[in-house]
Amino acid sequence: MDLINALVALLNYVIIPGMSYGAQLAIGALGVTLVYGILRFSNFAHGDTMAFGTTFTILVTYWLQSMGVSLGPLPTALLALPVGILMTALLLLGTDRAVYRFYRRQKAAPVILVIVSMGVMFVMNGIVRFIIGVEDRDFADGARFVISARDFKQMTGLEEGLAIRTTQVVTVVTALVVMALLFWFLNRTRTGKSMRAFSDNEDLALLSGINPERVVTVTWLIVAALATVAGVLYGLDKSFKPFTYFQLLLPIFAAAIVGGLGNPLGAIAGGFVIAFSEVTVTYAWKKVLTYALPDSMAPDSLVQLLSTDYKFAVSFAILITVLLFKPTGLFKGQSV
Amino acid sequence: MTEPFLIGESMTGGYGRGPDILNECTIAVNPGEIAVIVGPNGAGKSTAMKALFGMLNMHGGQVRLDGEDITALSPQDRVIKGMGFVPQVRNIFPSLTVEENLEMGAFIRRDDFRRTMEQVYTIFPILKEKRRQAAGELSGGQRQQVAVGRALMTKPKVLMLDEPTAGVSPIVMDELFDRIIEVARTGIPILMVEQNARQALEIADRGYVLVQGRNAHTGTGKELLADPEVRRSFLGG
Amino acid sequence: MTSSLRPVLLYLLVAALIAGSGVVHGPNTAMLIINMGLISAIMALGVNLQWGFAGLFNIGIMGFVALGGLATVLVATPPVTAGWSAGGLRIMIALALGAATVVAAVLIQKRMARGMTRTLLTLVVLVGGFFLYRAILDPGVDAVEAIHPASAGNLGGLGLPVLLAWPMGGVLAAGAAWIIGKTALGLRSDYLAIATLGIAEIVIAVLKNEDWLARGVKNVIGIPRPVPQEIDLQASAEFVRGAASLGLDPVLASTLYVKLAYMVLFTVVLVILLWLAQKALNSPWGRMMRAIRDNETAAEAMGKDVTARHLQIFILGSAICGIAGAMMTTLDGQLTPGTYQPLRFTFLIWVMVIVGGSGNNFGAVLGGMLIWWLWVEVEPIGLTALDFITSGMSDTNWLKGHLNDAAAHMRLLTMGVILLLVLRFSPRGLIPEK
Repeated sequence: MDLINALVALLNYVIIPGMSYGAQLAIGALGVTLVYGILRFSNFAHGDTMAFGTTFTILVTYWLQSMGVSLGPLPTALLALPVGILMTALLLLGTDRAVYRFYRRQKAAPVILVIVSMGVMFVMNGIVRFIIGVEDRDFADGARFVISARDFKQMTGLEEGLAIRTTQVVTVVTALVVMALLFWFLNRTRTGKSMRAFSDNEDLALLSGINPERVVTVTWLIVAALATVAGVLYGLDKSFKPFTYFQLLLPIFAAAIVGGLGNPLGAIAGGFVIAFSEVTVTYAWKKVLTYALPDSMAPDSLVQLLSTDYKFAVSFAILITVLLFKPTGLFKGQSV
Repeated sequence: MTEPFLIGESMTGGYGRGPDILNECTIAVNPGEIAVIVGPNGAGKSTAMKALFGMLNMHGGQVRLDGEDITALSPQDRVIKGMGFVPQVRNIFPSLTVEENLEMGAFIRRDDFRRTMEQVYTIFPILKEKRRQAAGELSGGQRQQVAVGRALMTKPKVLMLDEPTAGVSPIVMDELFDRIIEVARTGIPILMVEQNARQALEIADRGYVLVQGRNAHTGTGKELLADPEVRRSFLGG
Repeated sequence: MTSSLRPVLLYLLVAALIAGSGVVHGPNTAMLIINMGLISAIMALGVNLQWGFAGLFNIGIMGFVALGGLATVLVATPPVTAGWSAGGLRIMIALALGAATVVAAVLIQKRMARGMTRTLLTLVVLVGGFFLYRAILDPGVDAVEAIHPASAGNLGGLGLPVLLAWPMGGVLAAGAAWIIGKTALGLRSDYLAIATLGIAEIVIAVLKNEDWLARGVKNVIGIPRPVPQEIDLQASAEFVRGAASLGLDPVLASTLYVKLAYMVLFTVVLVILLWLAQKALNSPWGRMMRAIRDNETAAEAMGKDVTARHLQIFILGSAICGIAGAMMTTLDGQLTPGTYQPLRFTFLIWVMVIVGGSGNNFGAVLGGMLIWWLWVEVEPIGLTALDFITSGMSDTNWLKGHLNDAAAHMRLLTMGVILLLVLRFSPRGLIPEK
């Protein structure tokens, strides 16, 4: 019985939160890795792109709520999501035309584009703060739990409760749908294949008659969708605060690099690696261990390896390890 | 003399603002023939081919395809006009499967290209066997076959190969030459730059020996192989 | 315009802008801008060394600046003896043990043959070392943090003169830079960027959470100053007489005197560093650095150890940022980990370097002063502009309220737009590299 309790506690505090956080990071990292693969630079504005998409989704959500529209148990934000994606797509395409295209034509060094993306980051950050301010915003509505801890205890008679929040289920399901769509697009459609070809070998893609501007446009559209979805899912699960989104850059980049920059499958794997490492290292294992071990061996301390404030240190440590031992990432990425 | 199918006439030019690498260099391919450019290192062999394909700043001369002046066209437009080009390096999409590589070769085609793909598989049976495998995982010789196959997918009117046998073993090289002859037999004129001059001239209908960006010797493959000066200066006797 | 006249005119322009702020907001504001501008200029000098000389992309400036701030606490504040006796030794032993664990792991990696045993042994050492470290550290930390938590709760510093903290800040930052450089240099440029971004976040997390070190978010206030207190000056009859003879109010005179003293100190540091940076730029070492930046492959082919040279310059540049960070904390008189924001301490410095002219030390200094002035002035200018725009609206208009609230965020937008414009239309900056 105790072992089942331990398992439930593990599910409740480590596996389920890890899954949803991993899904959010994975979608974020997919955006970064696509930009890297096609446009060949590390986009430091990605966190703020996520914040931008989420901002508009939140505004439309508020409007829908004021109109009395809801999705029942599901968060209203899902209805608002397409608008957020559309606005982000417009923003990214506009940015590309106004900013990035110039450097692309010049064949500027990647590091110049990174600095340019830093400028874009500033601007987007300013726009987001201008529109929605800097405060924390909670925009999740609908049913809070799919299963609450109390119901679970009553249902099973176990001592330990298992709570599954609606946002966690929404996150995982949406992530699966998004990933399936993305891989279908990349592997099955002509445009998707041409994007992979372009990422593989730009010169040969040009020789084959693939239109680079079209590839870039499609990439930004997909990145807009990915960034907005990642941002909204993260905001629903936790809360929306522009600065947090900037800070997400670190775990997202860590995920993309761990998986192998430019490799979509790697980005997903990297997202989960980072998320689970973060959650396991910052979780206080006392509860699980008390159930799992015989009474005589039960720990006195919290058995928390690092305080949650150090979660960035986890991404960082994994990143450094990968850079030291396998700079191309777990799945073979493009960079050296 | 009738107009050759593809001709670069008195081409002069270089990369960017750099010095001229080609000087009054003329290369031509007749219908149904294999033409080969050979020469010592740094003679401008690959440069001559790039000039034909529009990847060079030309200061003089003209490139004509089937009688039409294409000197001003971009490489992409030349592909549309019917030129197929296989670069020396980075000539495949390594993470795409073999079949996807061929599909990308046919990117500009809007018609059904399955027949062409079957033809490519007939010439290169190994590719059919490995068509679901990522091209980057294949051996060097197989990768060259993918590269040639990709270029054939546009149904080019002329095929240009830049050192197709660079870096492959002698056995693979022989097989590649056989395949190239087979491609030529389907009626596509072929222009190729080769490091392995002797083997290349043996299969060539027409050979160009370049030295320092100029035509040094021109003739049929047999003539050049028999020319004592060509033999002495760079076939190694 | 001749090339030698242009920098002079630009410097005069910045002086005029700051003087203008002085006229509008009073001399104290102008002095504040100058002092922080000088510190910003030093940071920009450090970043220019890395980016302008060597093409290294460091976006962890905030971390190095914060380490400099930590140095002032560790050097200048008096030691908390009760804290030391409660658990100081324990913490020191734990830290030494932690360091020994890492060294042992590195040695295993270096000395042993590749294989399963090596990996396993490394893991055992790291994991075992970590638990041992925590077992020793945690009780010590608890004990130290229990001592006078409202005013201390930390170990304090060495009680040395605060000016010593400035070079110490450089040393701390150099140490962190060495660790980062060892791992991320030699890989592609983006990786160094991400690694530095990470170390900066971690430094801030440490400062916020390790209360025994520098009180965390409870802040350390009242850091000793290298210049007299305003109150003491006002109490000194001699000073009041001197102020009166200049026709100044003693309070105003004392605040200006203190700021002036800081300005002299900062200027001395800036001039020394600028002189050194100029010497370096024009030395064979500097020429080699630029050669490496312009063509890494060629430099490598000529037998230059590119990664080692990069490590050198990365450490030097970070050290300069650390010095500037220590100076800034000294000026503030307090260490407040909660106020370190990457946009302000990392990306703003980048705007300074790019706008000033990367690769040119005088450009970096100019950029530092100019952009700092702008950073301070954007808000009042923006508010005035918005006041003008919204002057036709009634006070209850929601848009007016929103716009006025939002004016505070104009800074980031402006900086971003300036950075993008300079990159696009004048990528070599105001004073380009020769």
